[in-house]
Amino acid sequence: MAAVAHEAHGHHDDHGHHKESFVSKYIFSQDHKMIGKQFLMTAVFMGVVAMLLSILFRIQLAWPGEGSDFVSFFLGDTWAPGGVMKEDMYLGLVTIHGTIMVFFLLTGGLSGTFSNILIPLQIGARDMASGFLNMLSYWFFFLSSLLMLASMFVESGPAMAGWTVYPPLSALPQAISGSGLGMTLWLFSMAIFIASSLIGSLNYIVTVLNLRTKGMSMTRLPLTIWAFFVTAIIGVLSFPVLLSAALLLIMDRMAGTSFYLSDIIVGGEMLTNHGGSPLLFQHLFWFLGHPEVYIVLLPALGLSSEIISTNSRKPIFGYRAMIGSILAIAFLSFIVWAHHMFVTGMNPFLGSVFVFTTLLIAIPSAVKVFNYITTLWRGSIVYTPAMLFTIGLVSTFISGGVTGIILADAALDITTHDTYFVVAHFHVVMGLSAVFGMFAGVYHWFPKMFGRMMNIRLGYAHFWITIVGAYGVFFPMHFVGLAGAPRRYYDYSVYGEFDVESYNLQMDLNIIITMFAILAALGQLIFLFNFFYSIFRGPIAPQNPWRANTLEWTTPVERIHGNWPGELPTVHRWPYDYSKPGAEEDFIPQTVPLAEGEEEH
Amino acid sequence: MVTKLIILGVIVLGVVAVAQLMRVYELSSKLREQRESEISNRDNKFNAAMMLTFMFVLFGGLIWLMVNYGWTGRGEAASVHGHEIDWLLNLNFIIIVGVFFLTNTLLFVFAFKYVRKPGVPAFYYPHNNKLEMLWTVVPACVLAVIIILGLKTWNDATAEAEAESIRIELFSKQFDWTARYSGEDNTLGKFDYKLTTGNNELALLTTNTLDTAINNMEASILKLEYVLNKKDTMLIPEDKDKMMVDLSRKERLVRLLHQMRDRHNPEVDAWAWDDIIQKDTLYLCENKEYEFNFRSKDVIHSAYFPQFRAQMNTVPGLTTRFKFIPDKTTEEMRKAKNDPNFNYVLLCNKICGGAHYKMKMIVVVLKESDYKTWMKNKTYGVKDATGGYKVKPGTFKDTYFAKKNAPVAEDNAEGNEEEENDEDAENQPAEVVDPELAE
Ligand code: HEM
Ligand SMILES: [Cu+2]
Ligand SMILES: [Cu+2]
Repeated sequence: MAAVAHEAHGHHDDHGHHKESFVSKYIFSQDHKMIGKQFLMTAVFMGVVAMLLSILFRIQLAWPGEGSDFVSFFLGDTWAPGGVMKEDMYLGLVTIHGTIMVFFLLTGGLSGTFSNILIPLQIGARDMASGFLNMLSYWFFFLSSLLMLASMFVESGPAMAGWTVYPPLSALPQAISGSGLGMTLWLFSMAIFIASSLIGSLNYIVTVLNLRTKGMSMTRLPLTIWAFFVTAIIGVLSFPVLLSAALLLIMDRMAGTSFYLSDIIVGGEMLTNHGGSPLLFQHLFWFLGHPEVYIVLLPALGLSSEIISTNSRKPIFGYRAMIGSILAIAFLSFIVWAHHMFVTGMNPFLGSVFVFTTLLIAIPSAVKVFNYITTLWRGSIVYTPAMLFTIGLVSTFISGGVTGIILADAALDITTHDTYFVVAHFHVVMGLSAVFGMFAGVYHWFPKMFGRMMNIRLGYAHFWITIVGAYGVFFPMHFVGLAGAPRRYYDYSVYGEFDVESYNLQMDLNIIITMFAILAALGQLIFLFNFFYSIFRGPIAPQNPWRANTLEWTTPVERIHGNWPGELPTVHRWPYDYSKPGAEEDFIPQTVPLAEGEEEH
Repeated sequence: MVTKLIILGVIVLGVVAVAQLMRVYELSSKLREQRESEISNRDNKFNAAMMLTFMFVLFGGLIWLMVNYGWTGRGEAASVHGHEIDWLLNLNFIIIVGVFFLTNTLLFVFAFKYVRKPGVPAFYYPHNNKLEMLWTVVPACVLAVIIILGLKTWNDATAEAEAESIRIELFSKQFDWTARYSGEDNTLGKFDYKLTTGNNELALLTTNTLDTAINNMEASILKLEYVLNKKDTMLIPEDKDKMMVDLSRKERLVRLLHQMRDRHNPEVDAWAWDDIIQKDTLYLCENKEYEFNFRSKDVIHSAYFPQFRAQMNTVPGLTTRFKFIPDKTTEEMRKAKNDPNFNYVLLCNKICGGAHYKMKMIVVVLKESDYKTWMKNKTYGVKDATGGYKVKPGTFKDTYFAKKNAPVAEDNAEGNEEEENDEDAENQPAEVVDPELAE
């Protein structure tokens, strides 16, 4: 097979770089598959770093004030004298953890990897519309990752104002040490990250609109592509707003402007800034911030739609409703941002409007969930590791979605805002759902990316440990929040001073949580091992290992520049003809013409 | 150091061990000619069974958590609107926990039941408009109920406070809270951050504080100018730059202060003079509506009263408000919780710096009579047998001039109140109110 592919490659002419140098093949590559893998590798690395940070601060939460060798090993004497981390560093770790997870792992990593790898392959294109811009997008991402990592090593510490970097805290180095050089690096890193994301998104949009192969109408696109496409549109519309928020913050910090500052005395110094508003920043931030959570989630839902259908051997239920709900979610995600601001001093009437729009989002979300469940109904489910993670995703999407309903109810948000309940909510939807989607994607498309198979048994072990560990961390966390625990506290022992009952509850649960967090983190070692081992030593993959319909499985296992030897495939049907009555096999690839008398779905 | 080496060693050994296991596994699957892409029936069945097992574990875990920890670990609400919020929270919880169980059951049971069985094909079922309609409309209706009830509670909680409700300002800075009662006129004095001085931390606006602020500022400008213009000393350039910046900042501020002075209406002074500034503990009266005005000196903080189900951010440059009616005294709550050390609390709930987690203020709710006593003692002071003050009078006017040590200080001794004060000192409620401590 591989040999055939190679020969065929020799004949086609529009992609003639045959002797690629190491640099142009692996480093400054313009090939979408290589760029996708570069995104993946960078994201895996960043993810490991962020996970490690979380273990460090979980140790502090479970055993406050007790020295730990593990902590001192990583933080050293400056930041953790005697193995007890400093208050400031605690906040620094939380901030960088959140930033990396949300932006670098789940935005750059998830969309960057899978949009790059799958868009051309699934729409039948030789590459992205602009290979050069695509390369640029990765290198900006890489640069911003480096800056973010570097910010952890500056003397005054990394940014410490939380991943949402609300000014004035983030604007005033006198207020917290991390708002000095660390924050400057954070802002520049994010500005570059946004540039990367914009370039990438524009490329995805153009590619999907213009480079679809013959017969690939919009209503024959796999849901993955729909998800990436809409995600890219959301990104293009919302990231520039974050950039403007960041630029104004940079000006407040460096040029003495007063966009976000007014009437402040800090560190004994009376500032002259007057007339700015911290709320302005929050509006700008969340105008990106809420769409951002869907930028994180939609690709995961897209991947899982594909996987759940393939492995149930059934068409995805309600294909058009799925597209409709993606579009509805995308639209609504732009008019709900102020649900993060119910108690910030914003006009309460405005709050009620946002209650309404926010709760509307639950409807398309519910449609998606029920469609997934119905897809399983009377299926013939094959448990690949990808399928396990997909089912995990659906379960966690439900669990996280329902707590969103509590938070969206402004009256209830009064008591839950900024408590651990919120932390639990968004971890369940992002830390579990979106991450599960990413894992599912890696397991499912690994054969396409590396031409080899990952070990199935290790995949099973990885999944079961991860889901137990992850639910074990985040279920109890809701109850910590309901006990009143504010987020971003270095030490919850203060509760002991006024409410012993609540204190005991929080302390018990915090220990349970940390135990499960350590378990889940260890589980990820299995994945890392399996991943890297299989890249080099895994068994060679067959061309279509999961017996799937989409176009990427019609390309040769040997990865070639231009994707298909010879002509591009022609598409004759939608991608979900699984177990169609009357067909011989339980799958019919999109390239197979309709049989006589056969109806398109 | 040794432990670090051990940690590293364990990690390395672990990786080596797994690598060996993999080799064994691979050799054996080569022997069996098994391919990674073909999931065996055994594996499918194993995972299907695990799905069902996991569902029970998950549900069991959630139920265990709910039974043990409930969903109001903050304890019973202690404010009027708090009860409404708790009612609503319970209702919402019942709905979402119901949805959670229902959908997860469907998911995991299907995942268990419809695992691949050789020879049984999947059912080709691409869509069904009726079903899809059903699960668009039903959630929409449930959400409509949630929205309507939620907005009603929200509107009540955030409506304008009654005209006669008691005004208190909560002033936040890194890392503590200060309360300012509005005094007998129930009107909070005006403020401007530029008026902040050593004995006017809350920057209240009166003719006197304004003049003092101007004098202080001008004095420090003069000092800076003197240092900068001194011929015989050389300044390090860096220091000099800093001082220049400082100077221009202060000149600007003093200009603004003068403008304020020109526009100042002395009639508003009285609003500020009778205000009462209180640190450490916030005393509230049962069943009275309070309107809190929030203010911040430096960064955003958040005034979070877990037991009163109240929260509002404090924003520099912006006054925010929240109102509530405490309806259970601290004593009652202690009895109900069977915890003699329990206290209500005001926490900071917006990341505000390193010691964010320590930024709190104890809140004590008193019966009306106790509260009145406390307030009177706080306002007029308490005298001891020798005629000196055991507790000094505590209005802003008193404390400001006491600190300032200016001749005007004598004006504020209002003789006619003395006798009453003595009586009150004896009637002091013993338990919670201790004005000495309260100071
Ligand atoms: C049914 C859908 C959802 C609803 C109704 C909902 C509602 C909310 C609300 C109202 C908040 C603000 C809570 C507060 O700060 O007090 C919130 C926070 C958050 N949600 Fe959701 N949410 C939903 C789904 C999602 C999804 C799918 C994601 C991510 C993939 C997500 C991620 C987040 C994050 C990251 C935060 C917290 C941000 C922070 O303050 O740091 N949510 N959600
Ligand atoms: Cu949101
Ligand atoms: Cu604070």
